[in-house]
This record gives sequence, structure tokens and C-alpha cells, in this order.
Amino acid sequence: MQSGHESPVIEFHDVSYRVDGTQVLADLSLQVASGETLVLLGRSGSGKTTTLKLINRLVSPTSGEILVNGVPNGQGDIIRLRRGIGYVIQDAGLFPHFTVERNIGLVPRIESWPARKIRARAQELMQLVGLPPEMASRYPHQLSGGQRQRVGVARALAADPAILLMDEPFAALDPLTRDELQREFLLLQQRLHKTVVFVTHDLREALRLGSRIALMEAGKLVTVLSPKEFLKSKDRWAEAYVRAFGDGLESAADRGSS
Amino acid sequence: MNVIRFIMQNHAQVLELTLEHLWLVGVSTAFAMLIGIPLGVVISHRPRLNKPVLAGANIIQTIPSLALFGFLLPVPWLGERSDRLAILALTLYALLPIIRNTHTGICGVDPAVVEAGRGMGLTESQLLFQVELPLAVSVILSGVRVAVVISVGLATIAAAIGAGGLGEFIFRGLAMVDDRVILAGAIPAAILALAADLGVGWLERRLRPR
Repeated sequence: MQSGHESPVIEFHDVSYRVDGTQVLADLSLQVASGETLVLLGRSGSGKTTTLKLINRLVSPTSGEILVNGVPNGQGDIIRLRRGIGYVIQDAGLFPHFTVERNIGLVPRIESWPARKIRARAQELMQLVGLPPEMASRYPHQLSGGQRQRVGVARALAADPAILLMDEPFAALDPLTRDELQREFLLLQQRLHKTVVFVTHDLREALRLGSRIALMEAGKLVTVLSPKEFLKSKDRWAEAYVRAFGDGLESAADRGSS
Repeated sequence: MNVIRFIMQNHAQVLELTLEHLWLVGVSTAFAMLIGIPLGVVISHRPRLNKPVLAGANIIQTIPSLALFGFLLPVPWLGERSDRLAILALTLYALLPIIRNTHTGICGVDPAVVEAGRGMGLTESQLLFQVELPLAVSVILSGVRVAVVISVGLATIAAAIGAGGLGEFIFRGLAMVDDRVILAGAIPAAILALAADLGVGWLERRLRPR
């Protein structure tokens, strides 16, 4: 028997997705190991967001199968599946009519945790993502983009899911804030060891945050490489990316974790 | 002023007819909300039903009110009591603004917010009651507001089939060619419409998501 430690947390087996006759994703096979940050890198329309949404079943595959913790994710309770997977999207997707605290406590509340425990958890998470406690009663529109994104991360972590899906979470932020949040993401990930699937079109971000980078183009998985391998790769698309992003990429890939 | 004196002298009857009027408008608006809001929700989630439902409500709106009251008169259970009939007719007229605004309000909710909620594991009914309806509530209420104001005016015609309300003064005044009597019905009706407009408007602002 295989030990649970070695078996992948997420597996794609020959997954295709087509909608209205358009092939969005073709024959994707991919595995995500426990505790790693797999970055899906690609341009718009490459199928990376669809790949992410296939994991929490916001999208159902036309053919093929996705296993989460060894179980096909189309079987059984989809709501249960989703509550066990943190989901962070661009611009956070916070509920505008909920306070910060209520946004963070969303999943605990629908899971009917006792109110005191929800409150304590929200405070704990605000501290974890670097939000001052007095923000608890603010509404999303009263926050900066960076603060909103922190709330988005805190909300995704609320019920302590083992898996985190992040869809271009930092793309809409200014460069300074993005840098800050990327750095904090790495620190957080060192502590929490979540299995993260992270979508981005920014090679620099991919090199910096990913343990592995899955490069996608036109609905196909081109290659999966570590950040260091990516920079040396002779693959046509990988080279194109490296060329487009120019100099100084080595320092992004060199974070001493590979 | 003669009108004011007339209203003072007949204040008991003015009050009674105003209450009847309120009853007709209140009950019909409540029914229209009970039917219209769920219908608006359904057509927002099933775009295929959108056109037929809105077209139906639109057609009802084009039937002249006096004719509608007349058409409904021979219907068995309804025709027995004219206030039932008036309430049905007023409900039908109030549907369009409520359905349309519910649809507009729900379709106006940021899809990213809904998808984030779905991705976090909210069920469809949790999404509806915790996200879509609260975020659409001010748009829905502005539809209710339009419906109420229309109903207050339309309900005066209900007196033509004997359903009571402030229209009684208006029709009586017309028959008697007495402005005072007409105004004794028209002025309270106008005040009702204004008050309803302000009241629902206030609620709309109170409930608007921040």
C-alpha cells in the first residue's frame, strides 16, 4: 500500500473540457503533491482558470476525471468538497454587504460553528494575514486593494482547508503591495504547508512562489518544471516567456527552497 | 377652504374609505411581492423564461384597468365580492415592476461575488438568501415603490365595481358635479401615494448594501 504522504492530493486524468464546440482544455494530466505550490502559468485563454475551477467543481469536465484526496470530485457532496478547499480570486470577491469579520467567518458560519469560536478564528486569521483588529467591523469598500486581498486569503483559510486555490489573487494590486503580499504568502506557506494551486500570467510571480510551474498554452499543458529548470528550459513557450519578462528573473527563482 | 371643511365634516367616512384604500393597496402589493419576487428570481436564474414572463406581465399592464375589472366580474368566486376582484386586478398590475426590478437587481450582482460564494461551498439557497437578495434588495424595493404608487392611483377605479376606497368620493363627486367631493377622494389618495413613495424610499435607502 502507498502511504498517504506520497500520494498526490490532486490528480487530473486525461481531462478535457469543451463548451459550445470550443475546446477549452485538452487531455490534461497533472498531479499536485501535498504541501507544494503548483503555479499554473499561461496567458488569458490558455485554460489555467478553467483548470483551477475543475478542482472545486465550479466547472465539470467533458471527459476525464479529477481526483481530490484520491476520490473523484464529481462523486459525492460537491458542497462538502468546496468547503474543504479554500478559494481566493482576483480582487478577492468579498461580499460587499458583509463586514471584514463576517466575510472571514463565512465558511465557519455556514458550517454552524458557535459564534464565539467564529469570532476568535476571525481575529486569529486577521492577525495571521497582517490586518489590524480594528478592521473587523469595516466593509470591503472601505479597504485598500491589498487589504481586501488579505481578507480574501483569511476567508479562504477560515475552516483550515488543506487545499488552497488562488486565481490571480495579486494581479490587480500595485507593484509594491503585490511584492509585499507575495513575500507574506511565502512566509505563510512556510508555516501552513497548504497544497496550493496558484494561477498567474506573471512569470516573475510564478518563479517566486511556485515549487513547480505548469505552463499552459491554448488549452494544453506544455510542460511542468521547477523554477530553476524553467529558466534553463529549451521549450519554445518557456523560452518565449523568459524572453518576454527579460532580465533579473534568476533572483525571483532563487528563494532557496528548491 | 370648502374642501377642507367638507373633509372635516365627513372625517369619519374619509378615514373609513382611506383605510379601505390602504387595505386594497396593501394586500395586493403583498400578493404581488409574494408572486413577483420569486418569479423575478426564477427568470434571473433561467434566462430562457425571462422573455415570456416579462412579456406576460407587460401584456397585463396594457389592459385598460376599467376593462380588467369588468372582465373579472363574472368569474365565480371572485365576482361575489368586489374587493377580492379589485385585489386580484391590482396584484396583476403590480407584478411587472416587481418582477422586472427583481430580475434587474439580481442580474446586477457582481458575478465574481456569486462565484466566490459558490466556490467557498455556499448552497444555491444560501447564495440566494445571503448574497443575491441582500445585494438586490434596494433595486427590488424601488420596483415595489413604483408598484405601490401605481396601485394607489388604480385603486380609486376599484370603486367603479363597488370595491370601496377613496374612489367612492371621486365617482360620487363626478356624478354630483361637486369638486369638493371629488377632491375629498383625490387629496387623501395623493397623500397616500406620496407617503408610500417616501416610506418605501426610506426603506430602500436603509436596506441598501453599503
